[in-house]
Amino acid sequence: MFDLLVLLIPLFPLLAVLANGFYGSRYSHEWAGRLAFGSVGLSFLCTLGVFASVLSNPEPREVLAWSWIFGGDLSINLAFLIDPLTTVMLLVVTGVGFLIHVYSVGYMHGEEGFTRFFTYMNLFMVSMLLLVMGSNYVVMFIGWEGVGLCSYLLIGYYYEKVSAGKAATKAFVVNRIGDAGFLIAVFLIFAHFGSLDYSTVLTQASSLSTEMATAITICLLIGAFGKSAQLPLYTWLPDAMEGPTPVSALIHAATMVTAGVYMVVRNHVLFDMAPIALTTVGIIGGLTALFAATIGLVQNDIKRVLAYSTVSQLGYMFLACGVGAYTAAIFHLVTHAFFKALLFLSAGAVIHSLHHEQDIRKMGGLYKKIPITHAVFLIGTLAIAGIPPLAGFWSKDEIMAHAFVHGYYHLYILAAIGAFLTSFYMFRLTYLTFYGQSRVEPHVAKHIHESPPIMTVPLMILAGLAVVGGFLGVPPEHGWFHSFLHDVATPVGAAPHAVDMSTLLGLMGAAVSIALAGWGLAHYMYSVRPQMANEWAEKSPQAYTTLLNKYYVDEFYDRVIVEPFKKLGMLWDWVDRHIIDRFVNGIGKGTDISAEAITWTEKHVIYAGLNVVGYGNHLLAWSWRKLQSGMVHHYAAILIIGLAVLIHLVVLWFTGSSIAGSSGY
Amino acid sequence: MTEMVVPSEGIPWLTLILILPLLGVVATLLAHESLSRHIALATSLITFVASLPLWFVFDNGNAGMQFVEKHQWIDSPAIHYALGVDGISMPLVLLTTFLAPLCILVSWTAIDIRLKEFFISLLVLETATIGVFVALDFVLFYIFWETMLIPMYLLIGVWGGPNRVYAAIKFFLYTLAGSILLLVAILVLYFEGGRTFDILALTQASYAPGLQALLFWAFFAAFAVKVPMFPFHTWLPDAHVQAPTAGSVILASVLLKLGTYGFLRFSLPMLPDASVAYTPIIMTLSVIAIIYGAYMALAQSDIKKLIAYSSVSHMGFVTLGIFAFNAQGIEGAVLQMINHGITTGALFMCVGIIYERTHSREISENGGLANAMPQYATFLVIFALSSVGLPGMNSFVGEFLVLVGVFAWDKLTATLAALGIILAAVYILYLVQRIVYGPASPKMLPKLTDLNAREFGMLVPLVVLVFWIGLYPKPFLDVMHASVERVVTAQSGSVIVQHDFSVNEPILVMTEDIAHAGSIQASEATP
Repeated sequence: MFDLLVLLIPLFPLLAVLANGFYGSRYSHEWAGRLAFGSVGLSFLCTLGVFASVLSNPEPREVLAWSWIFGGDLSINLAFLIDPLTTVMLLVVTGVGFLIHVYSVGYMHGEEGFTRFFTYMNLFMVSMLLLVMGSNYVVMFIGWEGVGLCSYLLIGYYYEKVSAGKAATKAFVVNRIGDAGFLIAVFLIFAHFGSLDYSTVLTQASSLSTEMATAITICLLIGAFGKSAQLPLYTWLPDAMEGPTPVSALIHAATMVTAGVYMVVRNHVLFDMAPIALTTVGIIGGLTALFAATIGLVQNDIKRVLAYSTVSQLGYMFLACGVGAYTAAIFHLVTHAFFKALLFLSAGAVIHSLHHEQDIRKMGGLYKKIPITHAVFLIGTLAIAGIPPLAGFWSKDEIMAHAFVHGYYHLYILAAIGAFLTSFYMFRLTYLTFYGQSRVEPHVAKHIHESPPIMTVPLMILAGLAVVGGFLGVPPEHGWFHSFLHDVATPVGAAPHAVDMSTLLGLMGAAVSIALAGWGLAHYMYSVRPQMANEWAEKSPQAYTTLLNKYYVDEFYDRVIVEPFKKLGMLWDWVDRHIIDRFVNGIGKGTDISAEAITWTEKHVIYAGLNVVGYGNHLLAWSWRKLQSGMVHHYAAILIIGLAVLIHLVVLWFTGSSIAGSSGY
Repeated sequence: MTEMVVPSEGIPWLTLILILPLLGVVATLLAHESLSRHIALATSLITFVASLPLWFVFDNGNAGMQFVEKHQWIDSPAIHYALGVDGISMPLVLLTTFLAPLCILVSWTAIDIRLKEFFISLLVLETATIGVFVALDFVLFYIFWETMLIPMYLLIGVWGGPNRVYAAIKFFLYTLAGSILLLVAILVLYFEGGRTFDILALTQASYAPGLQALLFWAFFAAFAVKVPMFPFHTWLPDAHVQAPTAGSVILASVLLKLGTYGFLRFSLPMLPDASVAYTPIIMTLSVIAIIYGAYMALAQSDIKKLIAYSSVSHMGFVTLGIFAFNAQGIEGAVLQMINHGITTGALFMCVGIIYERTHSREISENGGLANAMPQYATFLVIFALSSVGLPGMNSFVGEFLVLVGVFAWDKLTATLAALGIILAAVYILYLVQRIVYGPASPKMLPKLTDLNAREFGMLVPLVVLVFWIGLYPKPFLDVMHASVERVVTAQSGSVIVQHDFSVNEPILVMTEDIAHAGSIQASEATP
């Protein structure tokens, strides 16, 4: 029963993919949509069943589908591992995924590629489920690449837009860089353990040397940083906003981009043995959290602000891993899934009601016209900014407190500044979108409408989760969430760390003050003195344009990596045509330098020979440049003569020698 | 280990498969020209059906030759009509018979001159190619090997593009140059291996290290050109670009495999010491091919050329796997030979389909296909992703096995090769981005009609295989398992040498032993 439930989880969306993919054109959009969200809903129900079973028996259990790849001593099964960590991920993926699917039915209503959209979305669900359920690295890798593929297909959903095609390619290629790192880690693991199953690798991890553990984990990290858009591989995520908004919510906020965090936590036993890797995770996470937040300060596209915010929040999760707070990382992953999906979907509702306007400079004063959207967006903002008692406060505070208490003060400072900026840019976004004077273009303003219930109901559920989701982890470090994940996410060799209550309360107080300060500044700049932002921008234009242009990182990559890369390709193309090919064309004649000498030989020696065969005068007249088709005669003649001579020699040599040998007897 | 070549009982399936296309040739000759394509299609379909028993009757547990047929052909020197397949050649035979009907379908309307000659060439090519894979006598092998050249030369030279003559000649000369050394090597083997052309007997014999080295490079010349390995690859883009679609498909899917098959069938088992000794060179060339081919693909503006260079890159994985000398590497390599045949063949078909409509293979002139030809675009994207090596699709399984195998040989080599998969994503997706996305050019738009039933029908079986091998490769791996295992064990003696490479003396002793054994065997065989 348990095995069946587990297998059904990815099977339902897979069936929907097949049905919609092959037969979607034969029935109405309505049915395609029902099939899509219905299948994910069924997966969610199965997940609840699995969850209930895991609650009573948290021991890891494996479920085999079939034997997949084997050769020599390598054997890889398509098999699933169910433990508390997987269960948490399953609940998030199917639960939030279900809500987003329902919402999408409303959001995508009337789109031409409706069925295609849901086929890809369901395929994404299948891949993401494989990623979190796989019982070995290769099944995880199928999911890992599969989600990348669906991300690629969905970013490029509006295929007639050239920018969408470019963004899709960029996402896939940058991810592939990470994937190569992942693959190399997989090979290293196989070379060392002779197995790729978690059950073997993670239990025998202590046999690793520190160097080997470091090599493996650094390679895994390259994969994680690509998938989860961390420095320096984050640039694809903001561009990924070319896709429809539900895609941004599902793939580029709630689930896929968190795969890197899941992977680190899944392998934390290896990371615990590699201090260098852990330090790297923490620092990259902290820097990304801050770096992306600064870019988010000045962006004018509602989705891009949220995209940079996602990059930044993922940074917090990695920071948590880096300080050994794996449970906190997963906790923040869960709460982030709630509030970021909420923010993206409500941003989608805004865009939907404004006829695809995404520029916040053309919004403002919307709270009266779309009150439900406004309310849920505000809840999302409060949650991400870290205002208690909403979800984001608890998870973010736990990460920062853990960093502080364990002496990672530099990371704490990065996180604290990041938290202030987060609060500021999120409230800036809220103010510019929903309050103040309306800057909506008149022809759009007439048609502003609240979204239909199929969109607002999922929003309200997510808003509810964003409000109460944090209580899963209360009290900090000792909540239900922590005891549930205790066996799978506790750092190896971590001693119980007694911290006095006053420190924790003090840190909480600091976190709240930081969040409120960001809110206050945003309120002052965008509500009390709305002209202030422009004044600042004018006062320091350089800083402003640098941020607006995202530190010119894309331009830098273009100039330093992409362009030279293309040029090198062209250079090699030239080498191929002009050097290797010329060499080839010149084999009969030697190289350029000796061409003349050879030509002479040809005229006077070979030609003399060929003349007998009857090739005549015209051969003589062909200079070697014009030889392209004429070469056949030369080559063929030389080859055949050579062949005859060679064969003759071989036969003579062997028959001669063996005759000599036999006569010797 | 003595190889018993006992002819199998019952229907001579291999002879049947070899003869059927030739019967088709006769029928085509006799019939009216307008019937050529129907006869060819029927013939190739019957041949495919006739080859299916190989798959179903094949004994996976048997590492040796099966379906063996042996008849004396020439008394002195003893030359036999000897055929047989093992787990390495059987899938390649099936690949050939499977692709032949598709090649005929893809030429259905694309070829409109000299129909008879065209389909005759295709059928002769089919027989010759199968012959290479099933021949167990070196003379027979060489006859098929050389016969193959002629129809291919004609396919490019007669039905090719504007620069077809140059391409055909380049193809011909490159391959011929390799073949000559192959012939010399065969003769040397005949004299040194006990005066026999029996491939299995020659495999059992041992050869002195110095001789092994010479033979290795002679084989290398023939096989490296066919693969093609860097830097012997420059005939390939020209041949592909100029060849008609069916020619490109056969060339990429089957002919390139003859090179890697040669390494696997001859170089490794017959010349184990030389193979081990020169492995670093082959590995280096393979890695260069992977990265260089990918780079070259990126720089192309012609779709066909791009895919041709991608072949160079993908075949690099195959040679890499073969010379890893372990089960994973070789199994991956054999599977990758099949995968490359399916995926690259399919990509060339896709190019052919679009070329038939727009008469352009320029990437810049073909755009917006997703909008204009949604079905076509779907197929193209599936094959493109298969080429990229996406898990769940065929190439991933092969590449993964190869990389695992190579990783055991040398970590750096495997790492560099793994970086090649990034490049694969770059050039293929960059291609897809430019021809699938965006708006179609107004000039081309009216020509862009979506797939017809014939085109749809010929791509579907390829898609099925892409996913079948990707998701459930077990039947394919089971088939090759025993035979690959045997190649690996045959190598193990030399692999020990490789491990003790720092210790010089034992090797000398050992190789001298081998040399001694070889000469004894040779003189014993001398009457």
